[in-house]
This record gives sequence, C-alpha cells and structure tokens, in this order.
Amino acid sequence: MSSVLYDVPGPKARRVSLIGSVVGSLLILGLLAWIISTLAQQGIFEGRRWAIFTRADVWTLLGNGIGATLSAAAVAAVIAFPLGLLLCLMRISDLAAIRVPTRIVLEFLRGMPVVLMMFFVLLVFGTNQFIAVVAGLVLYNAAVFAEIIRAGIQSLPKGQREAGLTIGLTSFQSRMIIELPQAVRRMMPSLVAQLVVLLKDTSLGYIVAYGELLRAVQVMADFLGTQFLFPVFFVAAAIYIAINICVSRIAVWIERRGSKKAAGGVAKAEPEPIEAEVA
Amino acid sequence: MPESAHRGSGNRPPIFAPVRDTQPKDVMDVIIENLPLYWEGFLRTLFLSAVSGVIALVLGTVLAAARVSPVAALRGFSMTYVEILRNTPLTIAFFFAAIVLPRLGVKFEQFEVAAIIALSAYTAAFIAEAVRSGVNSVPVGQAEAARSIGMKFGQVLSLIILPQALRTVIPPLINILIALVKNSSVAGAFFVLELFGYGRQLANANGDAVLAVLLGVAFFYLLITVPLGILASTVERKVAIAR
Repeated sequence: MSSVLYDVPGPKARRVSLIGSVVGSLLILGLLAWIISTLAQQGIFEGRRWAIFTRADVWTLLGNGIGATLSAAAVAAVIAFPLGLLLCLMRISDLAAIRVPTRIVLEFLRGMPVVLMMFFVLLVFGTNQFIAVVAGLVLYNAAVFAEIIRAGIQSLPKGQREAGLTIGLTSFQSRMIIELPQAVRRMMPSLVAQLVVLLKDTSLGYIVAYGELLRAVQVMADFLGTQFLFPVFFVAAAIYIAINICVSRIAVWIERRGSKKAAGGVAKAEPEPIEAEVA
Repeated sequence: MPESAHRGSGNRPPIFAPVRDTQPKDVMDVIIENLPLYWEGFLRTLFLSAVSGVIALVLGTVLAAARVSPVAALRGFSMTYVEILRNTPLTIAFFFAAIVLPRLGVKFEQFEVAAIIALSAYTAAFIAEAVRSGVNSVPVGQAEAARSIGMKFGQVLSLIILPQALRTVIPPLINILIALVKNSSVAGAFFVLELFGYGRQLANANGDAVLAVLLGVAFFYLLITVPLGILASTVERKVAIAR
C-alpha cells in the first residue's frame, strides 16, 4: 500500500528524501545525545553505578524477578486458554439461559482494569500475591480469549456449521469438531498477540507487591541505595522489552506462516484482528 | 517511588478494636458515605483518560503517517517507537516517566503530568498501529485514482486515504481508548488519586467492607467502559453494512 501513495522517487525526489532522512536522523540523534549528556552530567553513567552488575547476587535477584514474571505469565496462560474456550462455547450456546449470563460476565470482566481484579482477589479472598496476580490475569485474558475465538468462529463460512449439522453431528459436536479447530487456527496471530499482553500485564503484579522483575528492581534500589535505581531499572526494562519483542516476533512469524498456507482456505484471518491487539 | 499495596494484619481491623458503633456498619453505607470520593476519582479518571487520549490520538496519527511516508528516517523512527512502546509494560513506562523525566528537567508539580505522559506515549503506539492497519485496508485503487489525477503524497493521505481509513479504524480505536481508561488505573498506584487510587485508600480504611468498596470502583469503571464498548460494536456494525 505505502508504495502506491507516492511516485517512485526520481533523482530529485530521492535527493530531497535523502536530505529529509539525514536531517530527521540528525534531529533524533541530537535528541538522544541531549538526553544522554543530560543524564551523564548527573553521573548516571559513572562506572561505579554500573559496577553492581559484576555482583552475582544482583543477577540472582534479577533472575528471580524474571522467573516470577514468567511463571505467573505461564500459569495464567495455561489456565486462561481452556477457560476462554469454555467461556466462548457458553457465549455462543444455543440456550439463552447460558448465553446471556455469560455475555454479561464477559462484558464485566473485559471492562475492568486488570490491576483492580488482582487487588480484589488479594484483599477479598486474602490470597497470596502470586495467586492474586494469576487470578487477575486469568479472569481478564480468559474473557479476551473467549471474544477472540468467538470472532474466529463467526468469521467461518456458514457452510461449515451447516455441513456439520447435516451429517448428523449435534450442535455441540459441530462446535468442537468442525468450528473450534478452524477458529483457533484462524485467530492464532491474535491469540499470540494477546499472550504478549498477558506477559506485559504481569508487570501489574508490582502494584500488588508480587515479587516480579520490577519489584526486584525496587527491592534492589531500596537495598543497595537509590543511586543504583537507574542502572538496575534500565537493565530490567531492557530484559522485559526484549522478552516481549521475542514473543511478538513469534506472533508475526505465525501470521506469516499462516498466510502462506492461505491456499488451504483456513489460515488467513481477515484484516480485522487489529482490535484484538489492545494494550 | 510508588508505594506497594498494603496488605496483611496492619490493615485489617485489630482484634481489640476501639469501641465503635455498636451496630456493625452496613456495607452499602461505606459506599454511600464515600460517594463524593468515588465521584472525584471518577472525574479524575475521566480527565486522565481524555487528556491522554487526545494526545495519543494526535501523536499516533502522526506516527502512522510517518510510517507510510517516503522519508526513510521517519519510517525507521516510527517503526522503532511503535515496536518498543508496544512491547513495554505500562508499569515500566510509568516508572520511566517517574524516574527518568525529572532528571531531564521535565518538572511536574504533581505526578499526574508524568502519568499523562506515560499513558499517552504508550497508547500512541497502539493507535499508530491501528491507523496504519486502517490505511492498509483502503483498497489500492483509491490511492491509484488519487495519484492519477495528480495528487501529492500529503493530499492522497489527508483527502483520500485517511478519511476512509478512519471509518474502518474507529472501532479498534474505541477499543484502544477503552484500554486506556482501564490502564489509567495504573496511575493510581503511582500516587495519582484517581478511581483506583481512591479505591485503594477506601479499601485500606474499611477493612470490613473491602468487597463492597472494590465493587463500587468496578461499577464506576464499567460506567465508562461498557458504553464505549457498545458504541464500538454499533459503529462496527454500521461500517460493516457500508462496505
């Protein structure tokens, strides 16, 4: 698309574009340089501040933080996905008595901040922080998974379900054997994108004092002194972002792989799942 | 630095509580008594979301335009920005705004400003992606037709592509704004007294009515998010008919 928006640049346009690129890069580099020099003036980059990374215990603490982050995300994802499937089936049930309450519950769960749910579980049920974080993540993401899969099922050609019913499957069998497998495959990119959201949301555990990566940073800063907050925060943020980018890349890879197989008529999702990719 | 959630015996009513009303207070009373606080928090949440939302919409659209522009440096910058911000947990964005910005000379009286900066910088990345997908969803023929009658890049984008793209993009944009409203709750953990911030205070102060207090907070969030969600699906249905 973007290449259609403007002419194939000629020599003059290329020169203008090159100048634009250079000026733009210089501006951005200048801004970065200003940020770095301002920070450097305050002694942020002094060796002694960064020397703590030669200590093994600092890395142990960071490692524990990463472990806590990943384990909360993993447990939550493993529980949220089947729960999402179940909620999705209930949401599209033929029985209004199941469908309507499920819809209300889903709207409720999707409309609430995750951190509020974590806090709720923590205080109302008096659980430990890990369970509160996992429960908050599960409740929210199961609801989102349910909506994503439902969108996938609705995007299937009507004939799929009709064919299933025609050969004598019950409504439930048709859902399980015919529709769900296709829907899940179709929505794979959105589902993985939602996993990134889930992983990112583990950082909310910080707010309920769960010992994840960011909390580990805070603990270290309290323990070693605030002058180390900056380096430790930067390293932790870099690790967090790196992990997330890796998972996002997997999502992109799955999407590409899916669209290659689109000849089979199943894998390519409509350009719609943008909406699933929400914060 | 942000305070941690207080929990444990310290906040529960002590066993030998000082003699209070002989009658245990009705839980609904806690909510009704504190309605002004809820209301104030609600308005603060609305304010945070609205201001951040407007900034993010503008910034996100500019980023999306940069992403499809002919200047390579702009494309690269926009791509990097979106890639990094989209993969940054919001809490880290807040942390960044809290500890890095003050050192760069960005002075703010209240933490609210930092919260707005973090929220809008974060949300802008998602808006940029949504707008870009919208640009890509406009049929190529539209751009070709516009180009063939002699329009320039800026004209093609502002007169032909973006107006059409915006229509497809509005439902996802509303969903992003819903997420923004919910995300503003993170500010409550960073000393900004919005809905979640007040909710936390109230929950700590009324250990015996935590359930009611938090459900009250949830109610006010749903008051914003549910109507927006209904709006999004209505718009979506209308657009679907038009296409």
